[in-house]
Amino acid sequence: MIALLRKQRYFIDYTLGTMMRHKGKSLGLLTVYTIIIFMLASVMLFSHAMRSEAVALLADSPEIVVQRIQAGRSVMVPADYLQRIGKLRGVTEKRGRLWGYYYDPAVKANYTVMASEQDQLSINDIVIGEGIARTRGLSIGDYLTLRSHEGKAFSFRVLRLLESESELISSDLLLMNPEGYRRLFGIDESLYTDLVLSVRNPREIQKIAEKLTLLLPDSRPILRTEILRTYESLFSWRQGVMLILLLGSVLAFVIFAWDKASGLSAEERKEIGILKAVGWETSEVMRMKFWEGVIISLMAFLIGYLAAYLHVFYTSAGLFEPVLKGWSVLYPSFQLTPSVDGLQLATLFFFTVLPYTLATIVPVWQTSITDPDLVMR
Amino acid sequence: MMLIELTDVRKAFNQGKPNEFWAIQGITTQFEVNRITCLKGASGSGKTTLMSMIGCLSRPTSGRIRLQDRTISSLPERFLTQVRRHTFGFIFQRFNLIPGLSVVENIMLPAYPLGLKASCLRSRADRLLEQFLLADKASNPVEWLSGGEAQRVAICRALINDPQILIADEPTANLDSRLSREFMSLLDQLSKAGKTVLISSHDPVVFDSPVVDRVVELEDGLVVSGEG
Amino acid sequence: MMLNPAILALLMVSMLVSTMLLVAAAFAVSILRHWDIQSGSELQLRLERRTYLVSTLLIWAFLFEFLSLLLFIYNAEALSGQFVGAMCATGVLNLNPWGWPTLFLKITMFFVAAIWLLLNYLDNRGYDYPLIRFKYALLLLVLPLVVAETIVQWLHFTQMEPNLITSCCGTLFSADAQGVSAEVSGIAPANSILALAISAIVVIAAGVWVALQGKSGWLLSISGAAVFVIALVAIISSISLYIYEHPHHHCPFCILKQGHGYVGYFLYIPLFLATALSLGAGFVSPWRRIVSLSQTVADVLPVISWLALFFFVQFYLTSAWTIWHSRLTMMEVWW
Repeated sequence: MIALLRKQRYFIDYTLGTMMRHKGKSLGLLTVYTIIIFMLASVMLFSHAMRSEAVALLADSPEIVVQRIQAGRSVMVPADYLQRIGKLRGVTEKRGRLWGYYYDPAVKANYTVMASEQDQLSINDIVIGEGIARTRGLSIGDYLTLRSHEGKAFSFRVLRLLESESELISSDLLLMNPEGYRRLFGIDESLYTDLVLSVRNPREIQKIAEKLTLLLPDSRPILRTEILRTYESLFSWRQGVMLILLLGSVLAFVIFAWDKASGLSAEERKEIGILKAVGWETSEVMRMKFWEGVIISLMAFLIGYLAAYLHVFYTSAGLFEPVLKGWSVLYPSFQLTPSVDGLQLATLFFFTVLPYTLATIVPVWQTSITDPDLVMR
Repeated sequence: MMLIELTDVRKAFNQGKPNEFWAIQGITTQFEVNRITCLKGASGSGKTTLMSMIGCLSRPTSGRIRLQDRTISSLPERFLTQVRRHTFGFIFQRFNLIPGLSVVENIMLPAYPLGLKASCLRSRADRLLEQFLLADKASNPVEWLSGGEAQRVAICRALINDPQILIADEPTANLDSRLSREFMSLLDQLSKAGKTVLISSHDPVVFDSPVVDRVVELEDGLVVSGEG
Repeated sequence: MMLNPAILALLMVSMLVSTMLLVAAAFAVSILRHWDIQSGSELQLRLERRTYLVSTLLIWAFLFEFLSLLLFIYNAEALSGQFVGAMCATGVLNLNPWGWPTLFLKITMFFVAAIWLLLNYLDNRGYDYPLIRFKYALLLLVLPLVVAETIVQWLHFTQMEPNLITSCCGTLFSADAQGVSAEVSGIAPANSILALAISAIVVIAAGVWVALQGKSGWLLSISGAAVFVIALVAIISSISLYIYEHPHHHCPFCILKQGHGYVGYFLYIPLFLATALSLGAGFVSPWRRIVSLSQTVADVLPVISWLALFFFVQFYLTSAWTIWHSRLTMMEVWW
């Protein structure tokens, strides 16, 4: 047993020496391998982090959102719907919400406008997200002028900036007094954008939603769990699509690895011939080459994954910025919360190390069966 | 005492193809313990092929080779190698040292698959280096060695697993006559120390050397003189 | 159709493994037809050299297969959040008729692969490769399993309807339901724990006997297989209750969740390894009559047996530990 382990140590020693002697070749392979892992890991870490952000955000959102549907379109909800719901068992809180979008021609971007009651804002005060502050060059105490529904200009004073864990969502957010909101958009006192209900016991949600559709036939209850589920499948689907696109590059890498492993120089071939002649067995040469693969894979995996981690969580996925910028002008310089997932690591392993290993099996075998008496000819 | 016994050994290359070629066409002979035997013959006479079969580097197409009481001619490569590395040490024509490795690493190479303790292996290598006057060159890269030194390193490497039989293929082809004679005297020492030696050569310094006990002459894959 | 990275990886692995086995099977046929260890012909030399390639391919294929079993279960757990009604892997496996067959095929493949690798190890130590025809014939039998698994898994993943409402472990593993799972859940915890304890004594006795005598590996195989079944039954009918600290939750998958400290992996992995090794013992010991293998069998069989016992004991200790540490006390059951 100990002899077996010592044997492996000798093989590792030898293969490390060989890799050092053929630095160029090893480095080339390592670089390409690392880049592949870096790309895949970046995509995975990024979309996983985005999903976690979304989930974190939804964690404190209400369990049920009620929209009103008229002729198949969602419209404002009359305030008396709150009364019509009455007292449902299990509902701990119910209230109307006011929110919407405001298109700012100056920066050609949409703001998400929300009426906020908790912040005790006066009618002229607003709270804005970092993104808006950045693009409009606003700081606390400055005024932001918005055009109302009638074309009048309203000026709001920036009371403070939003500080949030997940800047991704809050970046384009603009909070104001409900009264101010109604005046800006010309919305009647008796209307809300939607209603939200809080439910303590998750097992009752489904039942409450059923009751709601009976009480308010023209309403559509949206459950938080449903949104979460949609997010889950949306993000994993998106990840899947990205991966399929990247599979092309994995394939290219496999061909590259195959080529590198089979394209032995005369010198390397002779080296293997000598090993065979002095008493190394085919399976031992293969073992030695196996360790070479392990070392390369391990290094590429560690470096690539670490680089991807830094890329996603410390430079905010800087390389993806151009792609993501299309989504919104107010692209936030957000910081994602670092998170690593075991399933993801395993998947990444299957997408990189496995193809590499397979690509090298045949070339390694071809190398290993070099005739031991080759050096005598 | 017989050590190696060959019975009607034949070896073909490119079997079943138009360029089929029988390098060895039926050799029956024996080699004895503790003697120096020289296989003599022009290039292409089959000496190297025969040596590689005796040394478990390849298998005969037909016929039988016995090493002491074991038939090795039908062993698969995996087991041939195991027999080989405990029984045979090889000295090749072009020394075949691995450039980039140091002298001592080259010497220890055949012992890696045995998984010996590192300190034990190293001291064995050092003893051989001492014996062959290479102790001060141990950590030099092999490219720095002169022809004679490289030859001695090759001998050390052949001896690292303490084999019973030494096989030398055209060992003097890259040496001048002074070094060749020196090499023969080294072989003599080894033979006196109990090793059996098999040399293939067409160099008169070798086959006319007084240390050689027996000369077997090959021609076109057959033994023409020196049988038995 | 679900398109997530883990599913893509699983599909890719199963297709690669099938391809590798197809290649190996083609080789197996030529081995069965042309192998002649006595001959030194170039064909024989080529075949011998190719065995290195094929056995390397198979070692990797089986290793990947094993990893894919782990990934499959882990992924089923992770997917459970995306389906209405699914609380754990059970719900995901219940989504369509292909979920459970995929799991069972993967588990079967794990055992078959372990046995094959043991035979391969053994054969490579006999100087005349005495088992070569047997092991490659066996490989031809493994091929349909792998292909079936690939197809069934493909169906399982492509026919996943995200808006389908599935049933969760609470319904399947409940004494009131119908079918095997319900029967198993309904077994009285006292009986299953008793059976588990007896199985422990039997398998340890068998293992020690085989290890010391160096023969009759089948004893260990049979008792090992029995332990495997009894252990699964015990996990469902009683051990899980102690882990969940809930008298009616019988799910064999929820114990894999983080919330229970992944304790399931500490139960299943030793159990599977031990079972695979004990099955292997039965396939190793008959060959001790072959001259070229008798020494290897004498060396290997005790090692296999001790290893199997080691993992079995680990499994038993983990089970005992979970029961010991549980705050669940089943009064009407025990006193």
